Amino acid sequence: MAIRRGDTVIFPHPPVIAAWAAVGGKKESEGPLAAAFDELVEDASFKSEGCKSWEQGESLLQEHCVNRCLRKAGISKKEVDLAFAGDLQAQCTASNYTMRTLGVPFAGLYGACSTMTEGLCLAAMTASVGYARQVLALSSSHFCAAEREFRTPLEYGGKRTTTAQWTATAAGACLLRGAGNAGIPVLSATIGRVCDPQVKDINNMGAAMAPAAASTLLAYFEGTGTRPGDFDAIFTGDLGQVGTTLLHEMMAHAHCPVDNHRDCGCLIYDVEGQNVQSGGSGAGCSAAVLATYVLPRLLNGEYHRVLFLSTGALMSQTTFLQGESIPGIAHCVELGSPEGGN
Amino acid sequence: MNLPPKNYDEMVKRANPPSPVLRDCLWAFFVGGSICLLGEGLRQFYLMWYDKDLAGTLTSISLVFLSAVVTVPGWYQKLAAKAGAGTLVPITGFANSVVSPAVEFKAEGWVTGVGSKIFTIAGPVLAFGTLASWVWGLLYWAMNKF
Amino acid sequence: MNYVWAFVVGGLICVFGQLLIDYTKLTPARILTGYVVGGVILSAVGLYDPLAEFAGAGASVPLLGFGHLLAQGVMKAVDEIGLPGVFTGGLTAAAGGITASLVFALLAALVGKSKDQN
Repeated sequence: MAIRRGDTVIFPHPPVIAAWAAVGGKKESEGPLAAAFDELVEDASFKSEGCKSWEQGESLLQEHCVNRCLRKAGISKKEVDLAFAGDLQAQCTASNYTMRTLGVPFAGLYGACSTMTEGLCLAAMTASVGYARQVLALSSSHFCAAEREFRTPLEYGGKRTTTAQWTATAAGACLLRGAGNAGIPVLSATIGRVCDPQVKDINNMGAAMAPAAASTLLAYFEGTGTRPGDFDAIFTGDLGQVGTTLLHEMMAHAHCPVDNHRDCGCLIYDVEGQNVQSGGSGAGCSAAVLATYVLPRLLNGEYHRVLFLSTGALMSQTTFLQGESIPGIAHCVELGSPEGGN
Repeated sequence: MNLPPKNYDEMVKRANPPSPVLRDCLWAFFVGGSICLLGEGLRQFYLMWYDKDLAGTLTSISLVFLSAVVTVPGWYQKLAAKAGAGTLVPITGFANSVVSPAVEFKAEGWVTGVGSKIFTIAGPVLAFGTLASWVWGLLYWAMNKF
Repeated sequence: MNYVWAFVVGGLICVFGQLLIDYTKLTPARILTGYVVGGVILSAVGLYDPLAEFAGAGASVPLLGFGHLLAQGVMKAVDEIGLPGVFTGGLTAAAGGITASLVFALLAALVGKSKDQN
């Protein structure tokens, strides 16, 4: 049986991430993590594949990513027992259309930018007890699909504020298996609670999400009796520079400074040089950084134990226009050194 | 610790990087000024043949046309990312705000996409501008009447 | 000198908009709406016409000038046809710019397509 410590589920027989993959777009191909992507697409509209919209382009991004991941895992799509997937589009349509092609049992998730870790938590829980043997966790975002849906047309001339973040055009996928298989073990999963700091500025998501990240981290440390120093690194999804500053300040206040913290939004791009204001964001941001940065470092022994959080801003266009504040959420998984399997 | 802290607003204000106001304003001044300068050139050109009102209208139409031409390849957006209000405030910005949704929402159909979303951004400008002129017209009429 | 003043006045009107963006929470859409309504008011109180005489396109090209056009148009129509002019004057004066925006936008949609910002 799993052990529960506060909000954290600890797996006595940890499931493993057996394979992973990331696909990125052009801006990601110019960023510092470019070399680690499994595939980089120059034209994220996928015109060469007959794609007609940015929304379908995001589905293709996911599809490419899943195919890469399954190939690395050495299985066919028929062998996938369950997929947890989500994206940034309303009604999470990018994933729906990917799954139309893939045809695997599918549970759609909407956790905004927190979707990757939400999917990982659920996939780990499912795999750990054997409800499914091969579980896919997947999420994506697409700059163009997000801009036209949530902001302004792509040709519209607007200047970004200094706190704004750049939605990553990227997808990341992980294939999880139960204990005893080879891969990176998921040692625990913490599903976060909604935390609303009353931020109403849609161009400052980092500020809206930072308290949620702090709250999930503090809940984890309190529940498990650990300290930030017990980990090689602590990752958050897409707080950006503004959110990172706020997280550090709050954690220091709580006597739990996180000097080993890195933010995926600041890792995926060269924040100064690529003109992305506060950093990257989007459900694909943390997913891609997990697959290109975090998991490879666990595999090669550079890290032995890390905390990986994805943070989400849970508003909609409608609630934003109605003057509602932006609720934030953060989910967390604890990842360990690779296991060989038996 | 209670999250978020009571003084979170303050913390956010401190964490927000300040806008580079001077640089923003220089960009806005030179780009906005240049667009107006171009407008003045066109106006003087049209004034050679037409009266003031018609020359003004033709200037607007020409600038709207030029804005549409540079919006389609994405150049207006690229300039605006630096120029801010310099490209927003002139009539070329208004044109850009009409042209960009028309191009963007083609995927949703000519009537339900292009036609219905064409004023997504510029709609409020027309709505409240028209209302203001109506109110002023009514006042002006009443002032003349009584 | 016409050209110099067009550049300077037009530039300064844009700088004012930039200051609103940087120092207030006003979004661009609100600023544009404010500019047009502001133009109507400035024109109504008789301040904008002298500026337009002085700065030419520097005053007429920014959206304040669009408001000025609406206000001048409605006055002209009221002078000519009385009360019905309240309804016809504003948009009649602005019709050229609006029609051009619509027509060129539709033509642009015909030839252009949505592009990535990379």
